[in-house]
Amino acid sequence: MLRQVEGSKAVADAVAACQPEVICAYPISPQTHIVEGLSQLVKDGTLPNCEFINVESEFAAMSVAIGASATGARTYTATASQGLLYMVEAVYNASGLGLPIVMTVANRAIGGPINIWNDHSDSMSQRDSGWLQLYAENNQEAVDLHIQAFRIAEEMSMPVMVCMDGFILTHAYEQVDIPTTDEVKAFLPPFVPRQHLDPAEPVSIGAMVGPESFMEVKYLAHQRMIDSAAKVQEVAKDFEAHFGRKTGGLLRSYRTDGAETIVLALGSIIGTLKDVVDELNLDGKSIGVVGLTSFRPFPYEAVAAALKGAKRVIILEKAFSTGTGGIVTQDVARAIEGMGIKDFTVIAGLGGRPITIASLRNYLTNAMAENVERLTFLDLEIDTVEVEINKERALR
Amino acid sequence: MFQVRIHGRGGQGVVTAAELLAVAVFDGGKHAQAFPSFGSERTGAPVVAYCRISDHEIRAREPIMEPDVLIIQDASLIKQIDVFAGLQPRGYVIINSAESAEELQLADKIKVPHSLAILPATEIALTHLGRPVPNAVLLGAFSALTGVVPLEAVASAINEKFKPKIAAGNVAAATAAYEYVMNQVATHA
Repeated sequence: MLRQVEGSKAVADAVAACQPEVICAYPISPQTHIVEGLSQLVKDGTLPNCEFINVESEFAAMSVAIGASATGARTYTATASQGLLYMVEAVYNASGLGLPIVMTVANRAIGGPINIWNDHSDSMSQRDSGWLQLYAENNQEAVDLHIQAFRIAEEMSMPVMVCMDGFILTHAYEQVDIPTTDEVKAFLPPFVPRQHLDPAEPVSIGAMVGPESFMEVKYLAHQRMIDSAAKVQEVAKDFEAHFGRKTGGLLRSYRTDGAETIVLALGSIIGTLKDVVDELNLDGKSIGVVGLTSFRPFPYEAVAAALKGAKRVIILEKAFSTGTGGIVTQDVARAIEGMGIKDFTVIAGLGGRPITIASLRNYLTNAMAENVERLTFLDLEIDTVEVEINKERALR
Repeated sequence: MFQVRIHGRGGQGVVTAAELLAVAVFDGGKHAQAFPSFGSERTGAPVVAYCRISDHEIRAREPIMEPDVLIIQDASLIKQIDVFAGLQPRGYVIINSAESAEELQLADKIKVPHSLAILPATEIALTHLGRPVPNAVLLGAFSALTGVVPLEAVASAINEKFKPKIAAGNVAAATAAYEYVMNQVATHA
C-alpha cells in the first residue's frame, strides 16, 4: 500500500513483512526509529513468531544474531557508525560462518570528532568483511532492498548489509509502497538453512581451521562473493516480476547513452545528481549518472559496460581512505583499466555537510572541462585548512 | 516545486508539522518530501524542518535554501537567527505571535506587506488543545494563506497522526487559525 511515511517506519514494516524470527539490536542514532518500530510490532503481536531480544551492546547484538541464525532462524539487526565498529569482530564471524543475517546500516560518520550525521564511513569500513553491501537511493528502494536482501542472503548463505543514508533517508517522510506480508511470502520462501544447530542432531559450527585449510576457506568466501553478483541481479529481476518495480540489482544508469561524462555515486545523493544532470543536459552538456546499488559484490563487468564510451567518470564518495582518497574509486579504476576513461574523485557530504545542487553544478561543470584535481573535497574551506596545515608543519 | 521551511524550537513539534503537511499533501494526490534539519535534539534549541511539495516525484535532497513559505513557530527566533534567509520574493510568511508586524520590526527584515499572516498560534492552541503546541495550528494558517492544501486535508492528517482526543483539539485549533487568517486576508483585501 502506498503511504506517506518516515523511512525508518517503512523499513521496520518491510522487515516485519519478511517475518523474521529473531530481531536483536541495540539503539543508536540514526538507526533508532527502525528498531523502535520493530520492537513495537513484536510487542503488539503483529509478529507472533518473532522474538525481540534486548542486549547491552552492538557486540552482543551481532553475537546473538549469529547464535540465532545458526539455529536456523531468520535473523535481523540494525546499527550505525560507532555501533557498527563496536560489533566488528562478530561481523566478520557472521560472514565467515556463512550466516544469512540481514542488517540495516543507517549510514553515519565515524568519530572522532564525534558526529551523528550522515556519511558512508561506517559501512565502507566493512568493505572487506565478507558481507554484501547494497545502497538505497530512496526510501522505496530501502524497503525493496530489505525484502531482496533476505532472499539473497538465504540463497547464498551470506550476510547482507542494506545501507541507507542516516537522517537523509531514515528520517525523511516520502511516499513508499510497502508490500504486505502475503505479497512478500510469495517472493520470499521460508528460510531453510543448509545446516543448523539442533540438540537432537548435534553439529559443530565455527570450529577452528588451521593453516592447512584456512586459505581454502577464505578462497571459497572470495568465490562466493564473486558469484553473488549474479544472485543480486537475479533476485532484482524476480522482484520486478513480483512487484513491478525496478529496484536493487547491481547498478542503474540514467542518461548515460552517449554521455561524455558519467558521475558514479551510491545512496541518496543519486536523486539530487539526477536533477543536476537534467539541468546540465538542458544547457547542452553531455553527462549522465550511474547509481551503484551493489558495492559488495563489486560489479566490475557491469561498471565497465555502464561507463563504456564515456570520456571521463567522476566518482562521488561520502567516505575516503585517509591519505589516499576514494574507496569506491579504487574498484572503479580497476573496472575501467585500459578503456581510456579518465577518473576523477569528489569526496562530499562528510559528517552531514549538505551536498547542494549549486555546489554539484559548479564542480561538475569544472570536471567536465577537466579543470579539477583528480581528488577534490567538495566545499572544503580551503583557507581555514591551509592556515592549520601551515601551523602544524611549523611545529613539527 | 513548492518549498516550505519551518522554524521553531525543540518541543514545539517542528518536525511533526513538516510530517503532517507531507501527509496532507499526499492525501491530496501530490508528492511530498518532509525532513528535519538534524541537530542535537534539545528542548528550546532552534529546530528547522522542511517540506517539498510537487506534482512529480521529488528527487533532490538538499536543505531548502530558497523557500516559498516560511512558518515561524517562535517569533523570538527572528532576532536570534536569519530565519528569512533565501525567502522567495513572492514568498509567504506565517508567524506565531500575538504582536503586530510593527512590533516585531519585520520591516527591517522583509518587505511588509509580504504575503504575511501573524497569529497568536500558542494562545489558539491553549484555548482549543490546552497545550502550548502551535504546530498544527500554523498548518491551518498555512492552508488559509497559501491555498496549497485544503483545511480538510490538514484535519485528516492530524486525525491520522494523533489519538482522537488530541486530534480533535488540534483540528479545532487549526480550524480556528484558518478562520483567523481568512478574516485577516479579507480585512486587508
